[in-house]
Amino acid sequence: MHIQPGHTGGEPTRSAEALAELEQAFQEKIDAEIKIEPKDWMPEAYRQSLVRQISQHAHSEIVGMLPEGNWLTRAPSLRRKLILLAKVQDEAGHGLYLYSAAETLGASREALIEALHAGKAKYSSIFNYPTLTWADVGAIGWLVDGAALINQIPLCRCSYGPYARAMRRICKEESFHQRQGYEIMLVLCRGTAAQKRMAQDALERWWWPSLMMFGPPDAESSHTQQSMRWKIKRHTNDALRQKFVDQSVPQADYLGLTPPDPELKWNEQIGHYDFGAIDWGEFWRVLKGDGPCNRERIEARRRAYDEGRWVREAALAFGAKQARRAHGAE
Amino acid sequence: MNQRQALYEYLLRLGDNALILGQRLTEWIGHAPALEEELGSANVALDLIGQARGWLAYAGTVEGAGRDEDTLALQRDVLDFRNALLLEQPNGHYGDTIARQYLFDAFHYPLLEALRGCADQHIAAIAAKSYKEAGYHRRRSAEWMVRLGDGTAESHAKLQRSVDTLWPYTGELFTPDEVDRTLQSLGVAADLTAVYQTWDEDVARTLKTATLQRPQAGWMQSGGKQGRHSEQLGYILAQMQFLPRAYPDARW
Repeated sequence: MHIQPGHTGGEPTRSAEALAELEQAFQEKIDAEIKIEPKDWMPEAYRQSLVRQISQHAHSEIVGMLPEGNWLTRAPSLRRKLILLAKVQDEAGHGLYLYSAAETLGASREALIEALHAGKAKYSSIFNYPTLTWADVGAIGWLVDGAALINQIPLCRCSYGPYARAMRRICKEESFHQRQGYEIMLVLCRGTAAQKRMAQDALERWWWPSLMMFGPPDAESSHTQQSMRWKIKRHTNDALRQKFVDQSVPQADYLGLTPPDPELKWNEQIGHYDFGAIDWGEFWRVLKGDGPCNRERIEARRRAYDEGRWVREAALAFGAKQARRAHGAE
Repeated sequence: MNQRQALYEYLLRLGDNALILGQRLTEWIGHAPALEEELGSANVALDLIGQARGWLAYAGTVEGAGRDEDTLALQRDVLDFRNALLLEQPNGHYGDTIARQYLFDAFHYPLLEALRGCADQHIAAIAAKSYKEAGYHRRRSAEWMVRLGDGTAESHAKLQRSVDTLWPYTGELFTPDEVDRTLQSLGVAADLTAVYQTWDEDVARTLKTATLQRPQAGWMQSGGKQGRHSEQLGYILAQMQFLPRAYPDARW
């Protein structure tokens, strides 16, 4: 990864004592809820952890354009086409702010994208599932954006300033996305038998992958503890997952749809829904590359990037010519 | 042809041009050469599909047969579409898309600018809103013409070919027929000779700055405005109209 000078990654080695002092001051700032800004000193591991998380998030926005983009040419009305187009465009915009946030930590957009295409960087596994019917566009908005919001709202208070600010903007738009998804589902569920069947089928396919979006159970999550100490993360995976289930079950009830989990039941004593065991075997398998669309998604991104290379090169060459002309004219 | 029929036809031309080009642009989303171009292409598509809704809704009112914008967009077959052939041509590579966009934008902007003064208030209102968008589209596509034409040897060669291939589709934009003549005499349709003059000057300037050759005048394709299309349109409609046709009794 390309590191720009001036960032902590390029700083000279300090004595162990000096480093311990900096780290203590850094943690005190975090504990006092003071935002860390790009020029502030930060531990290398904090920087790397953020680059990993922000770039994964950026990649998820960009790869996430594909399953929904799949329905842009087939949206069932002009109004739906415009709403979906605006939503997919928002995702491109989110990708752009997030790559910019990662750039404040010294990682270049190009290097991050190349890591994605080389299979070295991850993105949210949910986008490795196919969108088979129009109801999938509704289900993605309702469940996937709903889960993303629950994950992302706490990130608006993340200790790293540029990420927290990008997330505030993103969350506003995601909340609109979730509402439009639920509204698609509502229209389908109040529609014909064929539409309702589509909606039920979409819920069955997206339910479990949506629960997996919160990541592995707390006991197996490798990054949770440190990320919480640094206030990059504020809640555990399992706590957020429970919140999602508690929110989504009544929404499914209102639609008249049934989530594909026979063990789902309100637990009066704890005030939450109990739910069945998640197939973590599927989660790890898809994460490692063996999901329904992993290959197509990365291939589509790589092809767009490779086929667009001559366009980007032309723009750069033209910019350089313009600069030379301006210089020559002076 | 009576005035109402001519007006309906004219509105379909305006609406279908915007709709079919907007539809073509949505095919790029997720596959554009850079993130900034995802945003730019989506913006242009949003504007065009928004404009199409306005034109087609009004066409439905003028027709008076109870068809709304969606029925017109999603239930007509190839023979009843009135977009120019240029707009249904495939996206090809980014240079093909940019050349198609620019050749259209350079026509669309002066057309809408003229229609602001249309005797039909409703057309004038849609044109007043749309011409600003078309001005932005023309600026963006002209800038890309110059970047690609005067970029690298590869981009120059590619874009020259795109311009040469698409050039024969530009003729019908400016060829008036009975619809144009009927409405122009009433102060409703734009004068295509004047629109052509603006287009011609704009294109000459842009090609020169882009270091591209203007193709030789020659035979021109035609027919889209009258419903005689290329093979491309059937596939566009097959995708675009799939859901309402597969579920005719559903609302979305």
